[in-house]
Amino acid sequence: MKRIGLIVVLLCGGLLVYGTIDFPGWGDPEAPASRHVSPYYIENSIRDTSVPNIVTAVLADYRGYDTMFETAVIFSAGIACFFLLRVFSRKSPDVRLYRHVPTSLTIRIEKGGKLPEESPDFERIDDEWTPYDLIIKTTCRLVIPFIQLFALYVIAHGHHSPGGGFQGGVILGASIILYAVSHDLRATIRRMSERVSALLATTGIIIYAGTGLLCLVLGANFLDYGALAAVLGVDPVSARSHGILIVEIGVGLAVMSTMVWIYYILSSVGRNDEGL
Amino acid sequence: MIWPIEFIILIMVVITGIGAITIRDLLGAAILFGAYSFLMCLLWAIMGAVDVAFTEASVGAGVSTVFFVAAVFRTRRRSRD
Repeated sequence: MKRIGLIVVLLCGGLLVYGTIDFPGWGDPEAPASRHVSPYYIENSIRDTSVPNIVTAVLADYRGYDTMFETAVIFSAGIACFFLLRVFSRKSPDVRLYRHVPTSLTIRIEKGGKLPEESPDFERIDDEWTPYDLIIKTTCRLVIPFIQLFALYVIAHGHHSPGGGFQGGVILGASIILYAVSHDLRATIRRMSERVSALLATTGIIIYAGTGLLCLVLGANFLDYGALAAVLGVDPVSARSHGILIVEIGVGLAVMSTMVWIYYILSSVGRNDEGL
Repeated sequence: MIWPIEFIILIMVVITGIGAITIRDLLGAAILFGAYSFLMCLLWAIMGAVDVAFTEASVGAGVSTVFFVAAVFRTRRRSRD
């Protein structure tokens, strides 16, 4: 069986490699792809949208419909993770571990025992708890604000340089995941709960679709940002540039919170209490 | 374009790709997959597709590796086949 599989894979791979012979040469100006629509984008994107980065103009304006559904795909990945893996168990675990912070003593409380009161002295810890690591925590605390600042720059500066909502959103989500890895999942969830991340993901999608719908209401096509000129008080070309920014912010929000949401569920096997 | 560098990166892509699917240790496979993504990101950057390279670096090499490691941490580390 394994041999047959290998033969099939080799055959398919060989056919694919054979198919690449018919491809146009790399960077060939006579290739069909660079003769049909590309010249239009290269010549007119700056005049139409005043966005120097053509990739961003194509992604968020000319092909805005595709990007909207790409964001929806990421959102549905988060939803799928939630429905497949999330468990809501009402019963509390049999053994809880607490740490008395001033003395570094670990307290084990069996079922029915008296739980310590909510106070900064007692900290609930995981089963697999590693001792307080000063270097990792301090480094992450120093680095995380700069990562987040860079993510915001990537989202906002997508018009002029590589980047945009997807990349910036992933980096912003990664900074929160870094916080969860360096501290613990409970502390992260206390700062950004699952409910908040789900709501933010939905908000991102609504911002994107709502911008499109607003254009529809103002009498243009769906996602034709030129119609936003009346609302924003600028000329139609700048309105398209601003529309791209609004849409990118929506994408960034959706991607960021979906990444964090999937991480919460994956790293705690759906229980959202003990993480990595 | 400096072709020896491109050639070395291509060879490394093939090696890490085959390694990621044959290795038994799933944590190692996750790390190899991250390395594969990073090398692909270099190739995209060489070919001038900087936006794609950026996405590959942040999604492929960054977040998906974290997801794989989290999943391996919560399941078993050895694969049976």
